[in-house]
Amino acid sequence: MIRRFLALLGSYFVLMGKVFSRPEKARIYRHRMMVEMEAIGYNSIIITAIISIFMGAVVALQMSINLDEGFIPRSLIGYATRETMILEFSSTVVALILAGKVGSSIASEIGTMRITEQIDALELMGVNSASYLILPKIVSAVVFFPFLCILSILIGTVGGYLVSALTGVVLPGDFIEGLHLDFKPWSIIYALIKTAVFAFIITSVSSFYGYYAKGNSLEVARSSTSAVVASSISILLFNLILTQWLLI
Amino acid sequence: MIRGEHIVKSFDGRRVLDNISVAFDKGKTNLIIGRSGSGKTLLMKCLVGLVKPDSGEIWYDKTLFSKLDFKGLKTIRQEMGMIFQGGALLDSSTVEENIRLPLDLFTNRSEAEKQERVDFCLERVALRDANKLYPSELSGGMVKRVAIARAIVMNPKYLFCDEPNSGLDPITAGLIDELISEITHEYDITTIMNTHDMNSVMTIGEKIVFLHDGQKHWEGTRHDILNTTDPELKEFVSNIKKI
Repeated sequence: MIRRFLALLGSYFVLMGKVFSRPEKARIYRHRMMVEMEAIGYNSIIITAIISIFMGAVVALQMSINLDEGFIPRSLIGYATRETMILEFSSTVVALILAGKVGSSIASEIGTMRITEQIDALELMGVNSASYLILPKIVSAVVFFPFLCILSILIGTVGGYLVSALTGVVLPGDFIEGLHLDFKPWSIIYALIKTAVFAFIITSVSSFYGYYAKGNSLEVARSSTSAVVASSISILLFNLILTQWLLI
Repeated sequence: MIRGEHIVKSFDGRRVLDNISVAFDKGKTNLIIGRSGSGKTLLMKCLVGLVKPDSGEIWYDKTLFSKLDFKGLKTIRQEMGMIFQGGALLDSSTVEENIRLPLDLFTNRSEAEKQERVDFCLERVALRDANKLYPSELSGGMVKRVAIARAIVMNPKYLFCDEPNSGLDPITAGLIDELISEITHEYDITTIMNTHDMNSVMTIGEKIVFLHDGQKHWEGTRHDILNTTDPELKEFVSNIKKI
């Protein structure tokens, strides 16, 4: 099993070597990057917004229940909502959800191209298929996902504010006071670094599983599932590593 | 000319290509024929470098293709065109984008020159107004014709066709065969085509290689094939005739 894992890891790094070799023509890659940015990033805005508003709202409600003590200032609900969104939800949880949405889509797209010989056709033209197909996806995600993270933090905080104001668990003024409390800009940088790393993991791991898919549509479906599982586990592992490295 | 010498390829201990030596002539439509599973597609994939043979050599004129590094392979591949069995057009690109991709990546032509070349290739395969269509909007015959247009856009020296008329009605299949033969002679290309269609063999086959169970059993011209003494080829030809 360890040998199989090492072989898999080796193939992944060989593929990444091909992906990051010198592109044929930068102009073509720029165009493909714009297309991928729309497919991978822009089309994920709605799902990110929906998840974030509900996450922010739930965090605020749960905080209000847990801080239901007379001695604890209610403004801490705003503070806790902000910190939870920044430190964990907007980077890790959103990345896990995008691993499902974007990762499965990438793996099945590239896997289908593999089994229908479209990748062979690119190779036959003299195109570095790995770089042509995968590099624009990785760059687009690494550039765009941090914007999704910022968006998620903002919308999540608004969700927390709205639910607090509507249910009366905290006064709007107290919530906003909490949002200003002990703000550390480094937390935002930490969240953005994590998001960029997760973006790389999602796109590269999913592309890897798609690129080496073989057989028929069932195999493509299997590759897609493996891509989501492997991306999710890698995200959790790197979340731990990055938190230890950047925050502790 | 393309030559394969003593090509061997095995999968899980089973020899799928067994010591095949074969030469394909320039300016001719060379056909590889044989039953399904005889090794035709695998031989073609070895010839174009998509599959690495276990042993043997592949020569493109005076270049030892099977020993080329990535850069050398890339250079020679720009002189190749291939028509895949299913067309292998990029689903997310239009017909025009599919055809102009190699021009965009490997030439410094102006936009107008590229457009002119794409239009010329589409005209050559009788698909004048299909530029903006996507592969999913094309019929089987149109897909094959776009694949031919894409294969010839860079003026290839070598053209490979893997069962280009499979799944097509006899009239369209005949048209595709004619087109490939015309292009071969017009541009003096070395064309290699896999097929098990005897119509193709008798109409466009100039040099024919017969594979059976991964071995080369026979080679000759379409005029010799009906008088063959090879039992497997005789059976192959007679069964096709019955059908």
